[in-house]
Amino acid sequence: MHPDFDIIIIGAGPAGMSAAIEAAKHGASVCILDEQASGGGQIYRNVSNSKQDQVDILGKDYLAGRQYVDGLRHDRILHRAGVTVWKVDKAGTVVFSDAGRAEQIRGRHIILASGAMERAVPLPGWTLPGVLTAGAAQILMKSGSIVTRDAVLVGSGPLLYLVATQLLAAGAAPKALVETQTRRDLIAALPHLAKALRDWKQLFKGVRMIAALKWAGVPRFKAASDIAIEGEENAEAVRFRAGGKDHCIDTNIVLLHQGVVPNTQISRSLGLEHHYDHTQRCFHPVIDEFGQASHPMFSIAGDGAGIGGAKVAALSGRICALNALARIKKISGGERDKRVRRLETSKRTELSIRPFLDTLYPPPQSVLLPQDETIICRCEEVTAGDIRRYAKLGCKGPNQTKSFGRSGMGPCQGRFCGLTVTEILAAETGETQDAVGSYRIRAPLKPVTLAELAALAETNEKEAAE
Amino acid sequence: MAIIIIGGGVVGLSVAYGLLKQGKDVVVLDGADDDFRASRGNFGLVWVQGKGENAPHYAVWSRRSSELWTDFADDLLKETGVDVSFSKIGGVDYFIDEVELAERIKSLNSLRDALNDDYPFEVLDHDELKKRVPEIGSKVVGGVYSPMDGHVNPLSLLRALSIAVRNAGGTIMTGVRVVDTQAKDRDFSAVLADGTRIVGEGLVLAAGLGAVGLGKKLGFQVPIRPQQGQVLITEKLPFFLHYPSGTLRQVNEGGVQIGASKAEIGLDDVEDIATSAGLAQHAIDVFPHLGKAKLVRSWAALRIMSPDGLPIYQRSPKVLGAAFMTCHSGITLAAAHARLMPDWILERNTAPDVSQFSEGRFRV
Amino acid sequence: MFESFDKSDPGRTLSFTYAGKSISAKPGMSVAAALLTHGVTAFRGTPVSGAARGPFCMMGACYDCLVLIDGVTVQACLTPVHEGLVVERVPITSEDA
Repeated sequence: MHPDFDIIIIGAGPAGMSAAIEAAKHGASVCILDEQASGGGQIYRNVSNSKQDQVDILGKDYLAGRQYVDGLRHDRILHRAGVTVWKVDKAGTVVFSDAGRAEQIRGRHIILASGAMERAVPLPGWTLPGVLTAGAAQILMKSGSIVTRDAVLVGSGPLLYLVATQLLAAGAAPKALVETQTRRDLIAALPHLAKALRDWKQLFKGVRMIAALKWAGVPRFKAASDIAIEGEENAEAVRFRAGGKDHCIDTNIVLLHQGVVPNTQISRSLGLEHHYDHTQRCFHPVIDEFGQASHPMFSIAGDGAGIGGAKVAALSGRICALNALARIKKISGGERDKRVRRLETSKRTELSIRPFLDTLYPPPQSVLLPQDETIICRCEEVTAGDIRRYAKLGCKGPNQTKSFGRSGMGPCQGRFCGLTVTEILAAETGETQDAVGSYRIRAPLKPVTLAELAALAETNEKEAAE
Repeated sequence: MAIIIIGGGVVGLSVAYGLLKQGKDVVVLDGADDDFRASRGNFGLVWVQGKGENAPHYAVWSRRSSELWTDFADDLLKETGVDVSFSKIGGVDYFIDEVELAERIKSLNSLRDALNDDYPFEVLDHDELKKRVPEIGSKVVGGVYSPMDGHVNPLSLLRALSIAVRNAGGTIMTGVRVVDTQAKDRDFSAVLADGTRIVGEGLVLAAGLGAVGLGKKLGFQVPIRPQQGQVLITEKLPFFLHYPSGTLRQVNEGGVQIGASKAEIGLDDVEDIATSAGLAQHAIDVFPHLGKAKLVRSWAALRIMSPDGLPIYQRSPKVLGAAFMTCHSGITLAAAHARLMPDWILERNTAPDVSQFSEGRFRV
Repeated sequence: MFESFDKSDPGRTLSFTYAGKSISAKPGMSVAAALLTHGVTAFRGTPVSGAARGPFCMMGACYDCLVLIDGVTVQACLTPVHEGLVVERVPITSEDA
C-alpha cells in the first residue's frame, strides 16, 4: 500500500486542526480524521454552527475555535468528519469507519491528536441515569442548545466553575457545587502561584467565575467527602459530608468532574512508551520536545500527550506538524528547530498555570482509590473490591485482573476503568504505577460491525492480487 | 519440601492442583503481566472431534480428559465457588466448503476405525443442521456433530485454579522470572531474577514458550515454536448458539467468540486486519445475522506447538525428578493434567502411559 | 431537567421514534440529546445486571447510551437525528441463559 497522504492527523480539536493548517502551509498533503460532524474537538465543539445564544452563554474563548475550523478549508487538507478510527498500525495505516463502511489509508507520518477525556469519578451511584460528566453538560450546550436545570455539580477543577457559570448565563443556575478540594490542597498549590501569575489573565478568569457564582447565590460546599449519589432508576439526591455536617441535596441531575486525562487508547494500542505523571495523576505518552513519540512514525499533539488546555494544544499541534514535515523532508531540520523554538516559548508561558491548577484541584483519594463496593468498570460492573480481591490472588497487573474479572473487557475498552485499576493495584502491591502498567489495548479501538470488518477482507485480497 | 512448578498458566496450575490433591506441597512460579500467556488468549474449547488424525492415542487422551471434565468442573465449583461454565452438550463444526467437509468426514471415519468404532459423531447436511441450529446461513453445506465436545470459560478456569491451589495450601508466586535452575540428587532450586532461590524436591517445567530458555539445562529438547492465533469477540448478544464449534461459540457472558487463525510468524502477538477480516467473514458465512453484531475486542495469542502438534510429556533423562509438560490444548487437557498426570510426575505405577508423547518421537 | 434554550426557528423540528414513541427534535441534535430533553435518561439495561443506564460522557467514550438502530447497537450521543429514524432499545441479554 502506497502512502495516500504525507500526514494523517487523528482528531480535529485545537491540536489536530492547527497541525493540519501548519502542515498544509508547508506543502504537505494532509488527511484529518475526526468523529464529530464538524471540526472543533470537545473544546470548540460545533463552533462553526453555533448560534448567537450559544455564543452568549459559552463566551469569547469558545468562539476562538472558529479560526481553526475555517483554516481546515484548504486545498491540501482533506477533513473526514464523522468517522471513527479503530485501528492504527506502525506502517502508518489508519483504519476507520464512515457510515458503516470501513476504509484504510496510509500516511508517511501520523499525528495523534485524540485529546483528553474526563477522569472517571467512581463514586457510589455514579452509574445511575441522570449522572453525567460536567463536560457532557457542556457538550449539550454546545451541540444541542440544551441546559441542565437544577443540577448539582460534584468534584473539582476549573471546568466545574466554567460549566456552572455557563449554566448560570443560560438562566439555569445549578442547585449547588459540591467541591472536593481542601485547604491542604490550597496550601500545597501556593508555591506554584508565582509561576501561575505569568498567566494572570487566566487566573483572573477563574476568580471572576467564582465571584459570579457567589453573586448569584449558588451554594458551594468545599472539602466535601463521603460523597454518594442516591436513587433507584435515576439520580435522586447527592449525599456528602462538609464542614463537619452531613448534607443531602435532592436533584435529578448530577454533573461529575475531576479534571481531564489524556486519551491514550491509540498510543497504547501501538505499544508506544508511556510514563506516569505524578502531578496530573495519569499516564502520558513519552514524547520529545518536538512531540515525537517513541516510534518514528508517530507524533503526539495536544492534551493526548499531557493536559495543557486548548492554547497549548494548538501550539503543540504546530510543533508536531513541523516535526512531521522535517521527518518527511518537506522542511529541513534546521528550519524545524528554528520555528519550534519560537512556539516553545509561547507554550511554556501558556503552561505556567498548570502546576498551580493541578495541585489545587487534585482528584481526591476517594476517587483514585474508591471504596470496595463502588463500581469501577462501568461496562462489566466490576467493583474496586473485586480488583483488591484479585490482587490478593496474585494479580500484579491490569491484564491479569482483566482476565480474572473482566474489568476493561466491555465496549469502552477500559477507557473509564484503566487508571483506577492501575491506582488500586499500585496501592495493593506497593509498586509504582509505571511498574503496574496498563491495559493492553488492541483493535478495534471502538466497536465495529463484523460486516464492516469482513468487507476489508475483499480489499485486502484485491491488493494482494495487484 | 515442595514440588516447584515453573509456569502459572492453566497447565501449571492444573498439575499443581492435582499434586496438592495427592498430598504434595507445590510452589508455582508465575511470570509478568505482559508475558506471552496462552492461558489468557485461548478459545475455551474442551474439544475432541478431529483431533489426532494419524495419532489415535491423542484422540483417546483428549477424550479421556473430556470425560473427566464434568467432575473436574464440579470439584472446582465446590472448592472455589467459581463456576467455570463448563457445558458438554456436544459440538458442531460448520462447513461452507464441500471438499473440507468431505476431508473431515474421511479423517473422522479413519479415527473411528482405529478406535474400534468407539468414536461417536454424526454428519449433518444443511437441512438436518438447520433443524438443530436454525440461524445457519445458506452457505453452510453441512456440519459434524459430536457429543464428545464441549466448552468452558477459560478465564474463569484460570481464576478457579488459582483459588483452588491457594485454598489447598499451595503457593503461587506471581510476577517472578526464573532465570536459572539447579538440581542435585532430587534437590532442586529455581533462581529468580532478583536472586531469590526457591527450593524443592521435584520440578515441573510448564512454562509454555518460556520453557525454551530453561529446558535445555534440565536435559529436555523443548522442540516447540509459537503459532499465532487470532480471536474476535462480539458484544453480548441474546443467546442463540448452544453448540460450540471449533471456530464459533457463544460464551456464557453472551459474546460470540470467533477463531481461530494460524500463523507462523514467530513471537508476534499483534492482531492484523487481513486475518481478523477473514474470521469475521467466516462468522457471517455461518451465521449471517452476525454481520450486524459489533466486534468489541480482538486479540492474538501464541499457541505452543510441537513439531507434530501433540503434547509433550517428558521426564528428564538427565535430571531425576524433573518433568516437562507442554501442549497447545491446555483447556481440553486440564482435567487429565489435574487428575492423571500427578501420578506420572510422582513416578508411580498408577501413572497413565504417556510414553507416546515423549520427546523421543522427534529424534531422527 | 434537560431544557432547550434554542429560541431560533421554533417551527423547524423533525420527529423520530424511540421504543415506539414519537419524539420531536431539532435538526443537528444527537439522538441522546433529543431523548434527554424528553425526560428519557435511562436508555437501556446493562447486559450484566440489567441496571438502568443512560448518557454519561456525551462524547462517545463511555458506551452507556447504546441504542439499537437498524439492528446495530450504536452510541446515541454520536448519532444525529433525522426524520423518521427508528430507534429501539438494545435487547436485554442475560448471563448463563
